[in-house]
Amino acid sequence: MEFTITNARLLDGSVVDVSVANGIISEIGNGLNKGEKVDAGKNLLIPGLVDLHTHLREPGREDSETVATGSMAAAKGGFTAISAMANTFPVADTAGVVEQVYRLGQEAGFCDVFPIGAVTQGLAGKSLAELGAMANSKARVRIFSDDGKCVSDPLLMRRALEYVKTFNGIIAQHAQEPALTVDSQMNEGIVSSKLGLVGWPAVAEEAIIARDILLAEHVGSRLHICHLTTAGGVDLVRFAKSRGINVTAEVTPHHLLLTDDLVSNYDPVFKVNPPLRTEKDVLALRNGLADGTIDIVGTDHAPHPTEDKDCEWQSAAFGMVGLETALSVVVKAMIDTKLMSWADLVDRMSIAPARIAGYASHGQQIKVGSAANLTIIDTNANWIVDRNRLASKSKNTPFEGMKLPAQVLHTFLNGKQVLKDGAIMNGGALE
Amino acid sequence: MNKHLLSINDLSADEAMEILNTASELAKISDGPMKKLPTLRGRTVVNLFFEDSTRTRISFESAAKRLSADVINFSAKGSSVSKGESLKDTAQTLQAMGADAVVIRHGASGAAQRLADSGWISASVINAGDGTHEHPTQALLDAYTIRSKFPEFNKSFKGLRVAIVGDILHSRVARSNVLLLTKLGATVTLVAPPTLIPVGVVDWNVKVSYDLDSVLKDIDVLMMLRVQSERMANSFFPSEREYSRGYGLDITRLNSLSANAIVMHPGPMNRGLEISAESADSHKSVVLAQVSNGVLVRMAVLYQLLGGAALTGEVSV
Repeated sequence: MEFTITNARLLDGSVVDVSVANGIISEIGNGLNKGEKVDAGKNLLIPGLVDLHTHLREPGREDSETVATGSMAAAKGGFTAISAMANTFPVADTAGVVEQVYRLGQEAGFCDVFPIGAVTQGLAGKSLAELGAMANSKARVRIFSDDGKCVSDPLLMRRALEYVKTFNGIIAQHAQEPALTVDSQMNEGIVSSKLGLVGWPAVAEEAIIARDILLAEHVGSRLHICHLTTAGGVDLVRFAKSRGINVTAEVTPHHLLLTDDLVSNYDPVFKVNPPLRTEKDVLALRNGLADGTIDIVGTDHAPHPTEDKDCEWQSAAFGMVGLETALSVVVKAMIDTKLMSWADLVDRMSIAPARIAGYASHGQQIKVGSAANLTIIDTNANWIVDRNRLASKSKNTPFEGMKLPAQVLHTFLNGKQVLKDGAIMNGGALE
Repeated sequence: MNKHLLSINDLSADEAMEILNTASELAKISDGPMKKLPTLRGRTVVNLFFEDSTRTRISFESAAKRLSADVINFSAKGSSVSKGESLKDTAQTLQAMGADAVVIRHGASGAAQRLADSGWISASVINAGDGTHEHPTQALLDAYTIRSKFPEFNKSFKGLRVAIVGDILHSRVARSNVLLLTKLGATVTLVAPPTLIPVGVVDWNVKVSYDLDSVLKDIDVLMMLRVQSERMANSFFPSEREYSRGYGLDITRLNSLSANAIVMHPGPMNRGLEISAESADSHKSVVLAQVSNGVLVRMAVLYQLLGGAALTGEVSV
């Protein structure tokens, strides 16, 4: 199948036509006329976004999200590749579970779903899961994480970092010292003291980051820090990079925009782990992402059913959905503030995450021979978040009612259109 | 006045004083031959208690009954709540039963606010203690008690010096008292080991001391907080004895208070831990006055929130 995207604006401002044949960009030029046409209307064409931090809830909690509904949310958000975290039921700690998730993603067909394997059996933090078996499975797992829980045992963390060197794997750490965060509910500071909620101090994140940076240096392995939230954490990663340590770091869209004073009305839609921090942290995270200390944006898309949020704060689940708002929130936090260009955004949300994870067909430059994993964005649009219009099965967005910039129009997965004019395509897609 | 009383922040200084004045009016009427007023006849007040607190529940129940309201006690223990029913379902049940006011005690900080904000229920919500957040009627009854002992502070607490001693970190009584006392103009000093002081205290408009003996001479009100011995297990302090030596009110410390100073405690007291028996029972102690004032202040709160008929000249039938 062949088709041509006409009037596509590239990052350098040029407007071109892009022909796609058999899932690959076959020609770029002007006046191209191959196959059916999709008019980009001079909107921005970029490589599809890549998320290294997605909770899809299948198997086990299909009431909050399935691989299929999460994939649709991803396509709506402009993502062509997402990475399913391991904290499902059962845990993705065997080749069987990761192959199941991978297959479900392929069957859904809205984006590529790459499973992340658990570091420890059952996320229990006691003994290593069969990392090699997951790496060698059909899912070809390279990223391992106990996300939701920290690999807090320093010896186990060391062993994991060493072990994954055999297949160039990477350990993605949820940095949270458990002993410093027993029953913690929100960022520890002015607001938690006033609200009488148990605090989650920044030092609990920074202590683990510092330790793991040194472990990664000692064993010469690859460390990825999930969802960095503190100014001190940014400083630690900057220090590690200056020492040449192989560490990468991630920030979520919500930690780039929201602060802990939003908790003041005890609405659990703002309950997330790690918690919303202070304005000082938000500004440090933005600067860290802009200067490259923080390599990527990861959504930490965490769907929860209504009843898990429609209750008192303390009983509510941690987490926010984010796939469908990620791009717009990053534009608001980073481009509207003039901290980053669109080229920087494409690096942090597509090129760099694909490179870190080794997703070869994603995050490629728009050139002949690249896989046609593409997204077209109206950079001038504004839209208002309406949770009832989310494709995700869960509605726990903290951005409800917020006016956000930039809108995803079309998404193409391996040369097949999966999103057209902002709507998911079910069948009849261009192939 | 607002529809709900969830936090002292819901009240201006004038509104807080108005509640105290109303309580004073009610005290005069209560001293008369007829203790019961018809003000809230036909109204339903629900005491929704997810935590055991016989003292607070009885105080609210007594207040509501003296205003002739119908009272329903809904206790979590032995009810559907303990079988996993959510706050939302409980609230909707109370709504269906036609509650006009819900007095809620809950172990989770913010539970009262969730109940008020969620749209689950249209009743007035009164916070009778939510987790480690606030206990606003306790602060109001404490202010009423202070005012009754110090008539010179009848209009404002400017110049009044209060020390609050003990587990500030976990105390809803301390949070509400700090907000109310500073709002009314008092100078507040928090006294505790650093482990029991919240990190955000810099924002509280109070002084902090780790040394009880150094503050005793220069205060009018000494408010002792209950210290739960399970805090010791979490290393907030090394032992009950060490806590008691550093922060307990023994007879020596009691005697170093100024002549007019009063000693308060929200109850229940751990005699021998944060307060000795001699101190608790001394003439400086106003602990029992706090209890009886609690009913008056809660009557005033119910009266103002539910908009009862005028008080003056009314006598029950």
